[in-house]
Amino acid sequence: MSKPRKQIHLAAHFPGVNNTTVWSDPKAGSHIEFDSFAHFARTAERAKFDFLFLAEGLRLREQGGRIYDLDVVGRPDTFTILAALAAVTERLGLTGTINSTFNEPYEVARQFASLDHLSDGRAAWNVVTSWDAFTGENFRRGGFLPQDERYSRAKEFLATAGELFDSWRGDEIVADQSTGTFLTDARAGAFVHEGPQFDIRGRFNVPRSPQGRPVIFQAGDSDEGREFAASTADAIFSRHATLDAGRAFYRDVKSRLAAYGRRSDQLLILPAASFVLGDTDAEAEEIAKDVRRRQVSGATALKHLEFVWNRDLSGYDPDGPLPDIDPDPGEHHIARGRAQVRMYRDPLATAREWRELAQAHNWSIRDLVIETGNRQNFVGSPETVARTIDEYVQADAADGFILVPHITPSGLDGFADHVVPLLQERGVFRTEYEGTTLRDHLGLAHPDDSAAERAAS
Amino acid sequence: MSSTSSPLHLAVALDGTGWHPASWREPVARPRELFSARYWADLVAEAERGLLDFVTIEDGLGPQSSHFLDPDDRTDQVRGRLDAVLVASRVAPLTRHIGLVPTAVVTHTEPFHLSKAIATLDYVSGGRAGLRVQITARPTEAAHFGRRTIPRITAYDDPATQDLVTDLFDEAADWVEAVRRLWDSWEDDAEIRDVATGRFIDRDKLHHIDFEGRHFSVKGPSITPRPPQGQPPVTALAHDTVPYRLVARATDVGYVTPRDGDHARAIVAEVRAEQERAGRAAEPLHLFADLVVFLDDDPAEAAARRDRLDTLAGEEYRSDARVFTGSPAQLADLLQELRATGLTGFRLRPAVAGHDLPAITRGLVPELQRRGAFRTAYEADTLRGLLGLTRPANRYAAPAHA
Repeated sequence: MSKPRKQIHLAAHFPGVNNTTVWSDPKAGSHIEFDSFAHFARTAERAKFDFLFLAEGLRLREQGGRIYDLDVVGRPDTFTILAALAAVTERLGLTGTINSTFNEPYEVARQFASLDHLSDGRAAWNVVTSWDAFTGENFRRGGFLPQDERYSRAKEFLATAGELFDSWRGDEIVADQSTGTFLTDARAGAFVHEGPQFDIRGRFNVPRSPQGRPVIFQAGDSDEGREFAASTADAIFSRHATLDAGRAFYRDVKSRLAAYGRRSDQLLILPAASFVLGDTDAEAEEIAKDVRRRQVSGATALKHLEFVWNRDLSGYDPDGPLPDIDPDPGEHHIARGRAQVRMYRDPLATAREWRELAQAHNWSIRDLVIETGNRQNFVGSPETVARTIDEYVQADAADGFILVPHITPSGLDGFADHVVPLLQERGVFRTEYEGTTLRDHLGLAHPDDSAAERAAS
Repeated sequence: MSSTSSPLHLAVALDGTGWHPASWREPVARPRELFSARYWADLVAEAERGLLDFVTIEDGLGPQSSHFLDPDDRTDQVRGRLDAVLVASRVAPLTRHIGLVPTAVVTHTEPFHLSKAIATLDYVSGGRAGLRVQITARPTEAAHFGRRTIPRITAYDDPATQDLVTDLFDEAADWVEAVRRLWDSWEDDAEIRDVATGRFIDRDKLHHIDFEGRHFSVKGPSITPRPPQGQPPVTALAHDTVPYRLVARATDVGYVTPRDGDHARAIVAEVRAEQERAGRAAEPLHLFADLVVFLDDDPAEAAARRDRLDTLAGEEYRSDARVFTGSPAQLADLLQELRATGLTGFRLRPAVAGHDLPAITRGLVPELQRRGAFRTAYEADTLRGLLGLTRPANRYAAPAHA
């Protein structure tokens, strides 16, 4: 008997604040006006996607002590935009990144429970952490956390928010006008949490929301991050979108679930993935090459090299050879508010490796950044892209993908119009929403059902 | 600003099923829908039908209570509410003209987060966002955050209480200042998309705000570009000298609670004096009187309704604001009389949202229109426009050269 074909989960990431977005394209629109978000969300819903995903930033990036000006700069507030999108969509899940370092559990739990009510059960939270004193300068709590406390605060934050979500059972409000009983339980919302990070008590003031609690996403890739996801998340937003890396990551993370008494289908693995479509595979390859050159200008290439060199490289020619000086091994000071900086943990080794690569291929600085940077994950005709995505999911490299188009906000249109119908024809993607909540779309149990299931077993 | 012939401004304050604690028991109240988007969308649509300037949406960082400082254990009143900023944002795309003014409790929230949230509300509503700032002195709400303890108020006239209240309002003024600087931290034309040089923004038009206060500091700039209105209107409710000072220093609209005309005149004089002291005498500052309203065409019916609700509540309804019971025509008389004291508008609190809000939009508003005292169509697209406030220059922008 053949294995049943896995159903693919698809989501859309509204791009921005990175050099992935080709803002200079004549088709590029606003990344701030609500019409852009509404267009993007409606396209995702028309395509029956599981959810829309929004990233977050809490400080503008700086390089060499000045605000970085080469990428899209600026974005709206995550919660506020998701609440507005709930008004222009009916089924699409609404996922937002919210930092656990520069927020407090009571407030974040209120906002997510409110969003879940206001969207009839479509809210999801991508929990991230920050250790960055640079970002902390924007907040009254200020300061930062030592690296080793990041996950302990995130874990305790999430656990505390969970206690707040669970402080209402969901059946307290009867609002019986004839007897005058609004609540059946005077203590609804009562909570006490005492721990190393949070010591809080009182009454939570948002009644239990349609999903009980929002769907939880986690995005870290370190060993601790994987463990955190395996213990508590419903889905993991990974970076591994190639077949082999995806399969390795998938096996590793899914194998960690049993230790927490969880089944492998209780955590979805959804890598971020970019795509380029053309009428033919050859045309798509040409477009993809052009997009990469537009994503990495000479100036962008130099700035990217500075993440590794930790030096001002503005005097170098991006079309010339790599710098022959070595990176500054001291504390990183040149680029701040940048996630990429952390990717290069051994700058001397990276510089050595890059010089060798550049020499072997006769690459300029810009060529090197283009060639070693992220290539588009899915490039080809709609048939090729649909087939490839399906192959990846059936091979357990992922449970689906969070697609990141390079044009805002129309970059998803072609995928919705041309690739989705092919996935539907293959029988691996829904043709209609079957449920109403994001948990329904993702095949995740309502937390109350899983509690009942545990109690029964 | 104090010309009595100019039309008055009207707002409504939305809170649950209405301001009377037994309002949820009225047949029109829809108490089971309080936590749905549809309920709020319907209320705001009704307010917009009446051409009102704006709605405020109440909020709090703890459950509603019949006690000033502590939660009660009552089960016979509405408890629980949704985040006001998110409610406002959820209804924004469904409305076209009306201003949306959610409440933010400034004592425990981050100015950086609220600044970008209100800027975003301004984007999603096309320039109709405002903000009502509120402090909390409840020790129980401080315990929801655990970052600070707030001493318990025992007697209102004791000096320690005065110090605490002054401190909380000073912090609120700092909070508003930080938020306002963040709104200005991007100049309007900072996004340049200069393909030739590859620069998306002109970074010389983005500014660190470097706010340093006694309780917090904020570096900036905002992550969200300057909102469509430049500065969404900031509002606050005030009952006494210390909060009057916040209104005078930091807001565009203050809500006050006069008992009668003489009291209104005294309040207006005090706030205007504070405004002068703050060096803002030349700036427009609206003063709205808050009134709780029970409205019926037959005044006896309104009084009977109030009695019936009081009986259900088990006690006479009292409010910080004057409680009006009567017909739309009688209310129009009162508003015009109070208007002559130097107030510029009113924020009406419907005793029963499902009854008194339509009575405002379909009874009071036509009555005021007949008297030439209220607009007959929306004449502006933004909340600042409706309030007659111009779009302010950016404090960080270099003055234009002549």
